[in-house]
Amino acid sequence: MAKIIGGYFTSHVPGIGGAIMRGDQETPYWKPFFEGYPPIQQWLAEAKPDVAVVFSNDHGLNFFLDKMPTFAVGAAPQYDNADEGWGLPVYKSFEGHPALSWHVIDALVRDEFDITTCQKMLVDHAVSIPFELVYPGVESWPIKLVPISINTVQYPLPSPKRCLALGRAVHRALMSWGGDERVLICGTGGLSHQLDGPRAGFMNPDYDMFCLDNLAANPDALTGHSAEQVAELAGTQGVEILNWIAARGAMGDVAMTEVSRNYHIPISNTAAASVLLEPA
Amino acid sequence: MSFDPVSDDNERRRAIPLFDGGLATRGFALNAMCFSFNEKANREAFLADEEAYCAKFDLTAEQRDAVARRDVLAMLDAGGNVYYLAKLAGIFGLGVQDLGALQTGMSVDEFKAMLVRWADEIPAGARVKEAV
Ligand SMILES: [Fe+2]
Repeated sequence: MAKIIGGYFTSHVPGIGGAIMRGDQETPYWKPFFEGYPPIQQWLAEAKPDVAVVFSNDHGLNFFLDKMPTFAVGAAPQYDNADEGWGLPVYKSFEGHPALSWHVIDALVRDEFDITTCQKMLVDHAVSIPFELVYPGVESWPIKLVPISINTVQYPLPSPKRCLALGRAVHRALMSWGGDERVLICGTGGLSHQLDGPRAGFMNPDYDMFCLDNLAANPDALTGHSAEQVAELAGTQGVEILNWIAARGAMGDVAMTEVSRNYHIPISNTAAASVLLEPA
Repeated sequence: MSFDPVSDDNERRRAIPLFDGGLATRGFALNAMCFSFNEKANREAFLADEEAYCAKFDLTAEQRDAVARRDVLAMLDAGGNVYYLAKLAGIFGLGVQDLGALQTGMSVDEFKAMLVRWADEIPAGARVKEAV
């Protein structure tokens, strides 16, 4: 049985990668954002997870509109990043954990989640930046990766309720795994932001606080909206909260301690946040 | 009349608007071109001969016109999705704040100032750090 040691939730805005590249962490604009991460870095240095199960969304690097899976699980030995077209460095590759991936895939399909499986999968900034934030400057990632991609690009999106249920099914899969890996669950993206249309620049601190305040103790509260309602509340890209909801489900329905929280406006066009939860 | 959650969400898709099957169908060629810009050689080919590159992807007249005019709202109307359009914007050296300014009619500085002002909307007493 895998041991779930914690849940790490973070925004993944590309601009963060630019700030890291320029070394802007201590500038007045970026400092209030980056200061959310040292507590998570320290916690990880002690907790030493072996594997990260990461819920994120692709932004047009791996998936195109010709084939757009609602849920996709990686089963690759290695996951590369690649040029996304707007000037970020190409990030380090992740080592995969194909045996655990296939166990999760088997368990999910038995559990009636008919996911797509990917033996090849590029991971974009939504996976790389969260780890650049918590393992700064490492030569290679100290964790293996099991990536789970949720469609937040093309409607119909899966509902928040379905994403929480998917996460809970992943939790059951981890509980029935034969190995004793120490697993970190991650959800990336958000919080409220909108890049497109006349409402570009929209944020919603009230909704963000609703999400942050219910994430640990009452994630079902986040499932009362349809995906469309979430887009209205959180902005068209704020629907990335679906990744957080699924990740919270994968942590299991046990009490959580909030080890760390940081919420800051704005980073790029986004209300940015980081949270670390630990099973109590 | 009873409340119908499906038409309620469909109304929301039209109003926001959200990138659903209708827009994804209309925008396929434009988004396919933008997706190709993940590769540097393709970005360079676009810059070298924009007309020929757009023709290769069979952009509709509406899409070709929106790209020629660098009109982001028109690209969205033509079915462009912002995740893919961002790659086209990158070719012109435009970031998401530049896109925001173009779409809202603000200057880039006004747009950035508007983003900062959202911090004023954080509710009083909201917990922005963990409880200690
Ligand atoms: Fe994103």
